[in-house]
Amino acid sequence: MDFISILSIFVMAVFVGYYVVWSVTPALHTPLMAVTNAISSVIIVGALIASAAIGIGGTGATSKWLGLLAVVLASVNIFGGFAVTARMLAMYKKKDRPAAGSK
Amino acid sequence: MEHTIAVNPWASLAYLVAGVCFILALRGLSSPTSSQRGNRFGMIGMTIAVVTTLIVHVPMKAMVVAGGPVFIDGQRGMILDPQTLGEILVAIFIGAAIGIITARRIAMTAMPQLVAAFHSLVGLAAVLVAGAAFLNPGAFGIAEAGVIFTQSRIEMGLGVAIGAITFSGSVIAFLKLNGNMGGKPIMLPGRHVINLAVLAGILGLVAYFTQDQSPWVFWTITGLSFAIGFLLIIPIGGADMPVVVSMLNSYSGWAAAAMGFTLHNTAMIITGALVGSSGAILSYIMCRAMNRSFISVIAGGFGGDSGGGAAAAATDRPWKRGSAEDAAFLMSQAEQVIIVPGYGMAVAQAQHVLREMADKLKEEGVRVKYAIHPVAGRMPGHMNVLLAEANVPYDEVFELEDINSEFAQTDVAFIIGANDVVNPAAKTDKSSPIYGMPVFDVNKAKTVLFIKRSMGGVGYAGVDNDVFYQDNTMMLLADAKKMVEEIVKALG
Repeated sequence: MDFISILSIFVMAVFVGYYVVWSVTPALHTPLMAVTNAISSVIIVGALIASAAIGIGGTGATSKWLGLLAVVLASVNIFGGFAVTARMLAMYKKKDRPAAGSK
Repeated sequence: MEHTIAVNPWASLAYLVAGVCFILALRGLSSPTSSQRGNRFGMIGMTIAVVTTLIVHVPMKAMVVAGGPVFIDGQRGMILDPQTLGEILVAIFIGAAIGIITARRIAMTAMPQLVAAFHSLVGLAAVLVAGAAFLNPGAFGIAEAGVIFTQSRIEMGLGVAIGAITFSGSVIAFLKLNGNMGGKPIMLPGRHVINLAVLAGILGLVAYFTQDQSPWVFWTITGLSFAIGFLLIIPIGGADMPVVVSMLNSYSGWAAAAMGFTLHNTAMIITGALVGSSGAILSYIMCRAMNRSFISVIAGGFGGDSGGGAAAAATDRPWKRGSAEDAAFLMSQAEQVIIVPGYGMAVAQAQHVLREMADKLKEEGVRVKYAIHPVAGRMPGHMNVLLAEANVPYDEVFELEDINSEFAQTDVAFIIGANDVVNPAAKTDKSSPIYGMPVFDVNKAKTVLFIKRSMGGVGYAGVDNDVFYQDNTMMLLADAKKMVEEIVKALG
């Protein structure tokens, strides 16, 4: 892909992000931060490429270890981020007893 | 080299699908009913991205038979490298275990710290990936004969800089939120000059990096960026943390986007753009809710003064003290009670007992609503999560603009752990540091019950609050949790 196609995707995604995020209800802003945190760990893709590459010489081996360390960090974020988001979202409940509200 | 970037159209398609899943994940958060489905979309997207990468970039090693390399059609034969694959899976497993255990055990009141800690991990991961790409550019397909493409150098330089700023900034934010470091702003003399100089240095080096790919340039950019992240966050006070946390959220997104440019990966670019704009919007909402400009928050120094003059004047004015029994009686007789929670409720962990109190009041036929200010707490939506944890139904919880007009028809405004967000000085006193900040009109309620530790302390902005001295205000001086427990007892 050339630079302009990538830039186009990026610019469009910024606009999509802008409108999608404004539609998020303020009550869910904390889960929003947790889930954006989890998805920004998609950086693990880069970490996986670095870990899988054949290390040539000293710098190649270092590169591989940096990649593996990044895989660990990004995994903490992915699993931790989604799990904590799920935990929070499960707590948001509607009124369970409609009778109480109508009193 | 073995790996070229995104030549496989199926892989590109898979990354695009992952990106769309992430958009749907955020879209789901528009209402609590669809939010859990949204989160599942996020997980699906991440699974697609990881599995695709593992398949496309499966670790290979040269095939060796009888001590010599094997050639197939003139190319060196390659076979799966199980050791490397094992190492990767172990790395994922270690991360997953740490992440899931942390997510299960963390207290909801500690959520701001956790988010800050998670941000720091994204930042550090971005730095490591950029470092790995710099050391072995061939593996990422961004170099020819060891010379990294100019465009990739800019993307990589910016990526490592943003990643490093996110990391060190988030570490400081974490230490402040976790109480390892005082919430007071730390002011270095001449910090604006230092910061600008460091920032200029980073940008200059990124430009120079296009001409000279020596390691010292790359690592100096990294080092300076760590330093600026640190310098930027230490002068920012505790009350401004919602903005800082949102801002770091944004940075972590831009770091991922920059790496996406380097790797030509659509999933990373889409995600980075989403997260980047998400954090930016949240920062904007927080700044607007405090009527402060983003620049003034970043410049820092707010919320450190104890407001000596105002506090001294405070002691001279008459105020009324109430007991838990008085509060219980007043609320049980009310038609409608609006509860305004603030950071103090989180500190006292009073959300559960507060819900008990609301239940008792509802049994008496009182309508109970909760009013949440956008900057209440230490991160966007902090109060909502705590109330949700205490099983408060979300349709009893209202935002500032939706409920503010109701105070005039409300019998009791019950303020627990909030202060600045109910201060009328924001509307009337032009000299006040919080002037212009949208606040709850609690003074319009028939009675105001104000839980506060003591009369001495003032809010984070360091300004006195006229609500304390109103005729219809009753101060309930105690720890928030203890006071609410006593009210619950008094309600019987």
